[in-house]
Amino acid sequence: MEMFDLSIIWAGIIGFGVIMYVLMDGFDLGLGILFPFAPDEDARDVMMNSVAPVWDGNETWLVLGGAGLLAAFPLVYSIFLPALYIGVFLMLAGLIFRGVAFEFRFKSRRNRHWWNRAFCWGSAIAAFAQGVVVGAYIQGFETEGFVYTGGAFDWLTPFTVVTGLGLMAGYALLGSTWLILKSEGHIQDWAYKITPMLLGIVLVVFAIVSIWTPFVNQVVWERWFGHIRIIWIFPALALFFAFLVLRSVKQRRESYPFLATIGIYVFTYLGLIVSQWPMIVPPNYTLWDAASAPESQLFLLIGVLFVIPIILVYTAWTYWVFRGKVRVGEGYH
Amino acid sequence: MELDPLMLSRIQFAFVVCFHAIFPVFTIGLASYIALLQGLFFKTQNPAWDRLALFWTKVFAVVFGMGVVSGIVMSFQFGTNWSNFSLAASNFIGPMLSYEVVTAFFLEAAFLGILLFGRGKVPQGIHLLAATMVAIGTFISAFWILSANSWMHTPAGVELIDNRFHVTSWSDAIFNPSFPYRFMHMAMASFITGGFVVAGVSAWFLMRGRDPEANRRALSMCLWLLLFLTPAQAVIGDFHGLNTLEHQPTKVAAMEGHWETATNVPLLLFAIPDQEAQENRFAIGIPNLASLILTHSLDGEIPGISEAVPEEQPPVMIVFWAFRVMVGIGLLMIATAFAGLLLRRKGRIYESRLFLKTLVGMVSLPFIAVLAGWVVTESGRAPWLVYGIMTHAEGVTPSLTGWMALFTLIGYMLVYAVVFYAGIYYILRVVRNGMLPEHAQASADRDADRPKRPLSAAHTPFDDDVDPVRS
Repeated sequence: MEMFDLSIIWAGIIGFGVIMYVLMDGFDLGLGILFPFAPDEDARDVMMNSVAPVWDGNETWLVLGGAGLLAAFPLVYSIFLPALYIGVFLMLAGLIFRGVAFEFRFKSRRNRHWWNRAFCWGSAIAAFAQGVVVGAYIQGFETEGFVYTGGAFDWLTPFTVVTGLGLMAGYALLGSTWLILKSEGHIQDWAYKITPMLLGIVLVVFAIVSIWTPFVNQVVWERWFGHIRIIWIFPALALFFAFLVLRSVKQRRESYPFLATIGIYVFTYLGLIVSQWPMIVPPNYTLWDAASAPESQLFLLIGVLFVIPIILVYTAWTYWVFRGKVRVGEGYH
Repeated sequence: MELDPLMLSRIQFAFVVCFHAIFPVFTIGLASYIALLQGLFFKTQNPAWDRLALFWTKVFAVVFGMGVVSGIVMSFQFGTNWSNFSLAASNFIGPMLSYEVVTAFFLEAAFLGILLFGRGKVPQGIHLLAATMVAIGTFISAFWILSANSWMHTPAGVELIDNRFHVTSWSDAIFNPSFPYRFMHMAMASFITGGFVVAGVSAWFLMRGRDPEANRRALSMCLWLLLFLTPAQAVIGDFHGLNTLEHQPTKVAAMEGHWETATNVPLLLFAIPDQEAQENRFAIGIPNLASLILTHSLDGEIPGISEAVPEEQPPVMIVFWAFRVMVGIGLLMIATAFAGLLLRRKGRIYESRLFLKTLVGMVSLPFIAVLAGWVVTESGRAPWLVYGIMTHAEGVTPSLTGWMALFTLIGYMLVYAVVFYAGIYYILRVVRNGMLPEHAQASADRDADRPKRPLSAAHTPFDDDVDPVRS
């Protein structure tokens, strides 16, 4: 067992699962958030059709992440979920309504406006709740002897509200750049128009959170203003990709805005990780404190290493099958 | 009144898990039935089997989708409400639940798409293989969940170090003493549930004279299966009960409403157990029968509930009556299956309206029996979460307050009420639309061309104004 550190491997797997979830369900949820602002019902059809074939595969990563945490880092599972109790409920309720709306909107006409509402509110609430989780993670959790001891609403502070709104804007940005990629005509024009605005909101929140973070968490302050200067490369690259988004929108490129937005996410995410590393339940527990027994980590690792490549191939294949533009009045019903 | 987070968490878990369990218990049985239909079609090339398979695959798709949606909540419940238990048992429970997820996703990625959307596009043999793999996969999923659950009843293969269970033997832990019985009992319950639903729906179609050829085949086949499955379930249930008597005698005593250890114990048909007084009111029983069933001897001794101190006793009223509901429905199902045999000899299973109506009415009963069975085994374990080692009170989330638990309990009830209403409404529409006429079958093949989400395999619209259902 000394040959390799299973906890590090598992941190890699869970970390990969989280970013996969954020990116892939991010644009689905983003389109849900943008739903009420769409120019017309045709645009809504196209928006929904562009993600209909893939959304439930995207949610795969959330369930895998939840179960994987229980198996590999049970302390995260048993502190985050009680601490975020009400928020977790809101997120799940949002995701359920969003999912049901996906299925039944296509099959309805008279009741369609209800499913539109369920889709939008479900997406918005789930996105906000996930952003709050990010904020709560930066804030840290009140714990004693491996048990959460804080209150019911510790997760709801001005800081986490900002991160919640920030992730909503960020998901909307993923959604609008995805729509640029998948649509054409007046719908694409609309997506081009709103993208810089959303990017602006994201950057403002990015700045607020960056300035605020060192004040809510001392460890983070020392990390960023300590000796390790190299980590500044992450926010720098995130900003560079933000610039790429803006430029490619100006040039009316179709796939670059989405890809560059992914770049923003990846480097922001890495920046977030290095802020806290190796703390996994800040401020008290490292990922080794949070780990399950090595034999348990190994037992599950075998199955996961077998199935993740299959899920990836299947996912890639699905995206390949549904590549290209979604047009008004056609596509999936 | 003080809100008790422990009681509310137990109610919430029971509610969420019961709601969820309805769907897999049906899909497990139905998946095997679809594989059987596909196999018959492959062998005989009779299009009736093919039409039945297509119809039931559509129903399967919707029920599977509902199961996935309600299952997402399950994977978070352990952490939100039972965090102490989750942390303590994570070394075993974590990998079990994760393997269930892994199995389910592997299935979905590899075979479900082919089963739902590959019809007419992949060779028949491959389609049959996909159907078989999905059927096997549902059992593998159930395997992990039931292993984890059984371990909580009969923990084995672990040692407790610093309040955490560490696995010392994976095979002992996975194949813990109650697991084989629980798995068999549940697998059989799934088959019977699937059988009664298919029989009931076929009977409904026959009463309306729709697709008589295919529905007669389906009905006849189901009644043959149920004729063997329902008595077999009684035998398996008996073995499961004997296993429980060995490992959890208090639970069996509660099932029998049997308070004091004694010999010559009667089988109670009716009683109002009084936990305060530690005795029954209005008891009516058959002398010596409980002793005979449980010890296979008329004067066998059975330990009573009072062997456990009152604080360690399960809620007897609930366990006692839930058990009677389960067994009562079980007996009714056996009787129905035998009535089918008698009517068959007179050649009347397809015509007797009373019999067909009975079958339609019985569609919901296996679900109630399954839930009642789970109430027996889970309530019967109380106050233990991990039997003999950790109580519910020790496992609950310490930071949880009563109003938090109440808020989410009401919340989940509201969410599920909406989802369940929409889902059941839609399943009924799919069923009422029935099988496609033969000439439309080919176009349905062309139409179902995209490997996607389960629900999109059902093409039935949600509203009447899109496409009214066929009556």
